[in-house]
Order: sequence, then structure tokens, then C-alpha cells
Amino acid sequence: MKEKLQQIKEKAIAAIEATDGLEKLNDVRMAVLGKTGELTAVLKGMKDVAPEDRPKVGQLVNETREAIEALLEEKKVKFEEEALKKRYESEKIDVTMPSSKHTHGNLHPITQVKNQLTDIFGSMGFEVYEGTEIETDYYNFTALNTPQDHPARDMQDTFYLSPEFLLRTQTSAGQIHVMENQKPPIKIISPGKVFRSDDDATHSPMFSQMEGLVVDKGITLCDLKGMLDEFVQEVFGKGTTTRLRPSYFPFTEPSVEVDVSCFQCGGKGCKLCKGTGWIEVLGAGVVNKKVLEGCGIDTDIYSGFAFGIGVERIAMLKYGINNIKLLFESDMRVLKQIDD
Amino acid sequence: MLAPLSWLKEYVDIDVTPQELEDKLFSCGFEVEERYEVGKDISKVVVGYVKECEPIPDTHLHLCKVDAGEAGILQICCGADNVKAGGKYPLALIGATVYATAKDHVTIEGVMEIGQGKLRGYDSFGMLCSGVELGLNEDLYPGAGYNGLLVLPEDAPIGADVKPILGLDDQIYDIAITANRPDCQSIYGIAREVAAVLCKELKAPSLDFTPKDTMKDDFSVSVEATDLCPRYSAHYVYDVKIGPSPAWMRRRLALTGISSISNIVDITNYVLKEFGQPMHAFDYRFIEGNQICVRRAKEGEKIVTLDEKEFELNDQNLIICDGKKPVALAGIMGGLNSEIKDDTTEVMFEAAKFARDNIRKSSRALGQASDSSALYAKGVYEYTTVMAMKRALHLIEELGCGTVSASHFEQNTGNSVEPTEMKVSINKVNGVLGITVPNEDIVRILTNLNMAPVINGDELTLQIPAYREDMEDYPDVAEEVIRMYGYDHVKSTFMPTAQVTMGGLNLRQKSELKIKRALCAAGAYEGMHYSFFSPSDLDLLRLPENAKERNAIQLINPINIDLSLMRTTLAPEMLRAMAGNQKKGITEGRIFELGNIFIPKSLPLTEYPDERETICIGVFGKEENFFTIKGLGDVVADTLGVKFDYEAGTKTFLHPYQTAIVSCDGETVGYVGKVSYEVADELNMTVDSFVMELDLRVLSKYYGKPQVFVPISKFDEEKRDFAFVVDKNTTCAEVEKRIYAACDYVTSVTLFDVYEGSQLPDDKKSMAFSVVFTPRDEKLKGKKVEGFVETILNDLKENLGATLRA
Repeated sequence: MKEKLQQIKEKAIAAIEATDGLEKLNDVRMAVLGKTGELTAVLKGMKDVAPEDRPKVGQLVNETREAIEALLEEKKVKFEEEALKKRYESEKIDVTMPSSKHTHGNLHPITQVKNQLTDIFGSMGFEVYEGTEIETDYYNFTALNTPQDHPARDMQDTFYLSPEFLLRTQTSAGQIHVMENQKPPIKIISPGKVFRSDDDATHSPMFSQMEGLVVDKGITLCDLKGMLDEFVQEVFGKGTTTRLRPSYFPFTEPSVEVDVSCFQCGGKGCKLCKGTGWIEVLGAGVVNKKVLEGCGIDTDIYSGFAFGIGVERIAMLKYGINNIKLLFESDMRVLKQIDD
Repeated sequence: MLAPLSWLKEYVDIDVTPQELEDKLFSCGFEVEERYEVGKDISKVVVGYVKECEPIPDTHLHLCKVDAGEAGILQICCGADNVKAGGKYPLALIGATVYATAKDHVTIEGVMEIGQGKLRGYDSFGMLCSGVELGLNEDLYPGAGYNGLLVLPEDAPIGADVKPILGLDDQIYDIAITANRPDCQSIYGIAREVAAVLCKELKAPSLDFTPKDTMKDDFSVSVEATDLCPRYSAHYVYDVKIGPSPAWMRRRLALTGISSISNIVDITNYVLKEFGQPMHAFDYRFIEGNQICVRRAKEGEKIVTLDEKEFELNDQNLIICDGKKPVALAGIMGGLNSEIKDDTTEVMFEAAKFARDNIRKSSRALGQASDSSALYAKGVYEYTTVMAMKRALHLIEELGCGTVSASHFEQNTGNSVEPTEMKVSINKVNGVLGITVPNEDIVRILTNLNMAPVINGDELTLQIPAYREDMEDYPDVAEEVIRMYGYDHVKSTFMPTAQVTMGGLNLRQKSELKIKRALCAAGAYEGMHYSFFSPSDLDLLRLPENAKERNAIQLINPINIDLSLMRTTLAPEMLRAMAGNQKKGITEGRIFELGNIFIPKSLPLTEYPDERETICIGVFGKEENFFTIKGLGDVVADTLGVKFDYEAGTKTFLHPYQTAIVSCDGETVGYVGKVSYEVADELNMTVDSFVMELDLRVLSKYYGKPQVFVPISKFDEEKRDFAFVVDKNTTCAEVEKRIYAACDYVTSVTLFDVYEGSQLPDDKKSMAFSVVFTPRDEKLKGKKVEGFVETILNDLKENLGATLRA
């Protein structure tokens, strides 16, 4: 019996060693340990063994089975490892191939800039007021201290829809609606589309502005400067400074043009700032007393400041977009580029 | 406005560099758009003294030995006919830059660099120059117009740079003047500012003259249209001798862009540039009826202006007439019938103020403009009419080209030319600025600005000169103070006295942004198109004559017809954007735009129109189909927490069988469909394109819809699949609706297959649905679900004739 078991064991070991895969290994397992396997046959023959020999033989059979099973297991692990390795190898890819098409779109560059600006001013306590694109002559000009005969009307070529109605030339038109309907304190920004009869490489007949207005007690030119300093650092980066210089808008007095230190060269002078170290970004000023009075605001108590930002200009400066027309053509190659 | 430095120096002792002057002007509100040297293109040209000059045989050339000072004695070949030994001429050394001229020796063709040359075998080490080659003409330098060498003065130092000698080192400032400062549209006006900012004295031009006997007692000046002409003055000058003006005057006019014509005309132009006051000179011979009258033109009245253009006028045009006829288009241009001629001996000068708006409108309406009309359009004050007339008469005497009479005529209903007193509070001035400017600085600044400030406690009293009509109240004073005191004194503060306010977006703005971001997440890119479009866009959409979209607001003055209507639908520009991409070879994309359409309540407009926020989505490419764009619509619906219903419909520009009308809660909100082949062909589209438009105004009622949590059932859902055989024209929506209606435990119905073909009768199709039953308080037992199923099958059989597919 002992010899027979030894023989089974050796045969099984030889068979296991000879296998080349999990399937064959299983065949060996079935041939030895399966229902009709050789070792199973021995176990089945135990009833013929003398009762006194049974424990000893049983032990021998078990030892044999354990040895074979251990070997089978060892071989199985080895084959599984090999199989996994092969699977990995078979799935080797060229990681430098192009990535899968990304399916996420993005907002228009103008919307992106507008959102940044509304976030900044929103955090400073500015509400967002959106006026209408079609305005009356009164709100766009007259109430903004620009009566019919005023020289400043020449500064803007206005699209008229009727003698009374026009396409707003400036988001400043919204100022008056707000001041007529709201008592100070007022802090609003008013983003929107504006229109001027200009059409060339740097001008588009439609573009976007964002007007800002603060009216409260004791507001001064210094407050305007302080707010602008915060704003330009948020938009153009820490360390950006502002420079005010005299200008003229009918609805502010004093009026200023606001330049920022060039964020590309840091003020040393480069192509972007045309060597001056400064870039013009917006117009602003102390709200003209006459405008406040026209809205029934007591100028002995209240004063304010206003500013107007060209959104396209900021977008073009920030992203280096070279032609304003590109912003309105919905060319996918343009729309896909800016995701700020 | 062009201002030569040399002319400014006539009035102010400018002792700073040209760059410093530019910076100073910039700091006080006058941006120098460009500053250039008159001879900016000329370099290395010196005074050359021709020591020897021998003709080269058989040529027109001369071989010269030219003393160039430090550069030595140079051999130069010269082709000019006026070269001679002992003469001094501009000599361009090797490496010099001068203007290249065409064969006519007059037309400038660019800048050239002088190299060593060889003419007819003779070396030439430079070039003797003509005036034109240095950029000069007869006005800029006497003799420079000669077609030959420019002759330099005998005392010109040999070898010296010719630029200072010829005035080529003069600086020209091109200054931007803001609309509130028409008083600075002149050399003297700018000089006033320069004097103030440099704290220098302003030297006034001479205005004195000695009038001879009164001559024209029977002459009269009248102004009928006083609203358009608040001040008109005329003065009679006789014994006029027409001739050229002096070199200094010609040069100054040339530097500011005006060609010399004759002494009388030049005087009017000189005063225009010097004081910003347009003037006119009539030949007195041709003034009939001993009178001048300023009035509105009669309908159809005609005038031929100096440039020989004829204009038919109406009562919006102001004219100057004599006793019989119009002699000038007021403020714009004189009439040809009374122009100054070579034999003119008597002149009537005019200096007037005309209403700026009238001149501006007339000039535009007639398409006729001049330096004069440009000035009037910006604003001319009464103040300068007086100064200008005196100055012109002074110049008559200075030039000795006529006798000034005592015949002065004046009609005046306008503003005073005397200073007006203004009192303001110093605290309020400082209150605008937010800083306290020391009183002594305030006094210094306002004194420099000729406002004679006097401070008494908080009260500041000023005498505002008549040329500063922009000065009205304390904010104007604050601006004058700070622009001269310096904006760098303004500190940064952050509204210490202001109240706290809540900021940020409102619900509509937040909701619109949410929709935009959801569409981006679904692969769409935001576009932005013009608010106006073309009448042809409405034709592109094949809209019938009575379509509501055709009721669009028109621009009175569009840039062109294609930008002449306020859009009533966003679709055309989206279609064009998709076609535009396809034309560029971009064959797939998803674009959306959120913008306004403009619906008039009346035409022409008498009240604000309805500006309706609308969203338009366009998709194109081989991967796209009706259902992909419908999916983007559902993205919008999901964002709003609503469900859209789609019903087959038609649009004139969409596929007749791939178009749906979109509704929400029974209300129409828009449409979606495939672009028709006719429209696609017209736009040269190369791939299938789809468009959807949704009215956000209607949908805005769902903005901010409360979000409610539905507890998750602890019992498992039951799912059953069915394939129904139905009539071919039965829609998915009909079946879905019946299933939901039949059993209220149904929470989801999803179509997953449609079959039509040989296994079914021709008029039938099979639709397979997955139906989910969601349990409530207790587990859904099999038997109960079977009951639901039976109810559904019965309902579908009864209402749609549907049977289960075998």
C-alpha cells in the first residue's frame, strides 16, 4: 500500500510538473483527487483494509493527499501570477497617444471675465443690476448731464431706433434707473452689452461694459482709488498699482482715466504697454452733483463715485486676444481656448 | 490738435525738455497722443560750403569740393542747377537719412540712407540737398520750394547741423482735448495751461490797432436767428494789398497743417489756430445792399461754397446773407461769390459765435466740413470773438497789408465776455477729493489758472474767466485743484463712512448662470452674437410675411443693412455660426447663446420693448442627431427641476419630420429640430445641424424652485420589461403617459427598443419599455406587481390598442 501511495504521489508530482497551465493542472487534480481519481480510489478501498491498519493507512493517504494538494496550490498560484502578468502585458498601451475627447464646454470669455468681476464686486457688497439694451435718450444722455447740445454726444456714435429710443451707448444708463428707485446707500455694478456705430479691427458695434456706482455719505475720490486698488489686484494680480489722471465724462466731476501698472513687464515698459509701463483700463470719477440732484439725492448729505470697465478690453488684455471680432463669431477654435 | 513747441514758446517761457512738457500736459489732463520732431526722418545733414565747383563735361553735373566742417573737405557730385562755389547748402553725409523723391523732385517716396556713390565715374561722398529732400516746402522755409538746392543763410556755421537752422528740430505735440475744454482747441489756449502747470507767466499776443476814420455809416449788420448766432461782429478794412504773408506766419500755419493762400486769408487761419476762433473775410465789393444778415436759409435756397460745391439748403441751415443773396454757409465755409481775390482791396472781417449743435448738424447733413466747422462743433465762446477780431486787425497793421477802419459792427445777445464771480466752500472742494489741500496750494493753483482766488474762512471767491464756461460749481473747482496739485496726492481709502450692503447675483442671474454651466458640462460652448441682425436673416428662416418675428425694431442709422434690425429670434445667427464653423472645416460642435430678443409693443417705438431672455442651442456633426440636442434641452429642464414635453411640430426652417414644439406644464417654451435641407444648402452646411430655442422668460417662473428630498424606500424596487405592439403612428410619449396614468406606483418608464419589420404587420411596430415600480410603506409582493402589470396592459389595450408582443 505504501508503495502504491508513493507511486501515486510520484506520478502526480511528475504530472503536475509537466502541466503548462491552469486547465491542465485541473485535469491532474481530477485524475488524482477527483471523484474517479486514483487517490480517491485508494480512499474508497479503505473499507477493504484491516481495521487495525486503517488509522495508519488513513494517515498515509492523508499525507499523500496533502502533499499533492500543496503542490497543486503552489503550481496554481504560479500559473495565476503568470496569467495576470500576461493579461497586463496584453493590455499594454502607448500612453503618449491622444487623450479621449473631452466633452466639457466652457463659458464665453466675456462671461468668464464678467463672472470674475461680479464675484469681486459682489464680495465688496455690490449688487448686480442689469438694465435694458434699448434705452431712452433721457436715461442714456440727458439724465447723465449730456443734454442735446452737449459736446460729449460727439464722443459716441449712437444707434437710434426712434427720436426717443436708442441702443444704449454705455451701461451708465442703468445708474439713473437705480438712483430713481433706490435710496442710498447704493452699491451696484451693471454689466451689459452696449452699442456704438464703430466697426473696425479694434472696434465692434456691440461690446460689453460694466458700470459701477456707489452713493453714500462722505464718499470721496480717495474711496474710488481705494476700491480700484483692490479691484486691479484681484484681476491683474497682487502688486498691480493704479494711476489716476484727469479726463472728462459728463456724468462725473472730477473725472479720471485709470491706468494699471503693466502686469506683463511690471512697469518697466514692453510691447503690451507700448513702453509706458501703464495700461489704460477704465474711466471713473466722482458722480456729478447735477446727476445726483436730477435723481432727487441730497448732495449736502450724499456723494458717490462711478466707474465703467470695458469687459472686452479686460478679456483681451488678460488672455491676449488680438481681435475683438473673434469674440462674436462663435468659432469653435476660439471658444474652446479660454477656460479660466 | 497740433501744437508746435516753437509757437507755444511765443507765449510761455518753456524751460523744460520736450518730454517733461509732455509729462506735465499729461498730468493736468492733456494727453499727448503723439509728439514728433518736424525733421524726425532727417539725420546727419550739415551745413556744406562749396569751395570749388567745376562742371563735368558733357553732363549737367558739377564736381564740387565741399567743406563739411569736422567731416572734412568732401568730393560731391551735384546735379542741381543752382550749385555754385561760395554757396552754402544742406549736405547729407554718408549714413545720413533724407527723403527720397520721385523723378519730379517733388513727390516724397520714403526715407533713404545716403551711401558713397559714383556718378559718371566720379566718386561722391554725400549729397547736397533740396528743401523737399529735407521735408520742407516754401511755407516751412523760404526758398525750400525751389527745384534745386536749398540755399542756406550766409552766416550758417560750416559743418553745423542744419536742423536748428531750418527749424527741423521743432517739436510738434498732437494733443487730445477733452470735450469740456473747447477753450484749449488753440495754441494760445494750450499755452494758458502750459503757463499754469509750469507756474510761468503767460504773454498775451498783441491786440492793439489804430482805427482810421469811420467809413461805412450806411452799412448794417443784423441777426435774425439770435438762437443760432448769439454774437456776430464785423469790421471793415480798406486799402488792402493782397500778397504773400511773412515767413513766420506761413511756417506756423504749415506746422499746424494749413497751406498759405494770401495775407488776408492767412490772417483768418492764423487767428483760428491761435485763439480757436474761426474767422471769415468777405471781399467787400461783392457784398450787395450795404448789409449783412444772419438768418436761417429758406427752403431750397442755394449756395456755392469756396470749394465750388453747390448746396441746396433748408431752414435748419444758418447762412450769412448780404442784401440779395447768401454769401456764406455760417460757421462752415464762405461763399464763392464773395471770396478774396488777388485784386481785392476792401475786406469785411467776420468773427462770430454760432450754436455748436446747429453747425454740427448742418455740417453732417450737408456733408461739408472745414477747420472752422470742426471748431464750432466743439464749441466757440463769445470771449474769443472779441479777441480774435482785435488780433486780426492788429495783424493787418503788423503785416502792413491794409488800413483798419473804425467801422465795427456788432450784434450781441449772448454771454458776457467779462469774468463771473463764483463762491464755493473750501470744505466741499476738499470733501470731493477726500484729502485736505493746503489753502496756499489752492490759491497758487487757481491764481495760475487766472481765477483770482480770495479765501475768507471757508469761503473761496473766484473770478471765472469767460473762456471757462465749464466751471459751474465746487466739483469743478475740486477738479481744477487736483489736476494741478497732482493725482498722486489722492490716497487709497475704503469707504470708511459707508454702510454695509449685501452684494452678489440675484436669483435670475444665478439661475441663468446655473443653466449656462449645466450646458457647458454637457459639452456645449457659450457663444455671443450681435443683438442686431439682417432682414435677410428673416428670409433665411423662410418666415411668412405675417410671421411675428418679422415685426422687428429697425435701427434708424445702422452701419449697414445686415445690422439693421433688432433680433426677434436667436436662430439665424446660431445657424450662421454653425455654418461659419463648417466652412472653416470644423465639422462638429455644440454652441449655446443666452441673449435677448426684442419684441416691440408698438412700432415705431413709443415705450420700452419687451427684451426677452432667450436661450439658443446649436449642435452639428456626424455624432449629433435630434435626440442629442433634445438631451441638451433636458439638461436645461433638469437644471430648473422641471420636465419638458416634446410634440411633433413644424418650423419653416426645420426638417418637417424632425421638429418638436417644446412645452412645460402645458405652456409652449420653444422648439427644437433639424435644420432643413433647403436652409442647410443655402448656408453651405456640410454636416447635419440642429437648433433649439427656449424662452427663458417663460421658464423664469421655475427659477429657485424649492428642492425637496424624497426619502429612499427601504424596500427594493421592482422592474419589469414589456414589448408592446402598437400602431405605427403611436408615439413614445403617448405610451409613457398611459403607463404613468395606469399605475401610480410607476416612477420611471424608459423606452429601450423599437422594432418595425417583417415579423410584424406593415402598420404595426413594437416598442419595448422598462418600467420601475417603487414601493412605499411595505414591500411590493409579486402578486401586487402582477396586478399592476395587468392594469397597465388593460389600459394600453383599451386606449392605444396595444398588445404584448408574443
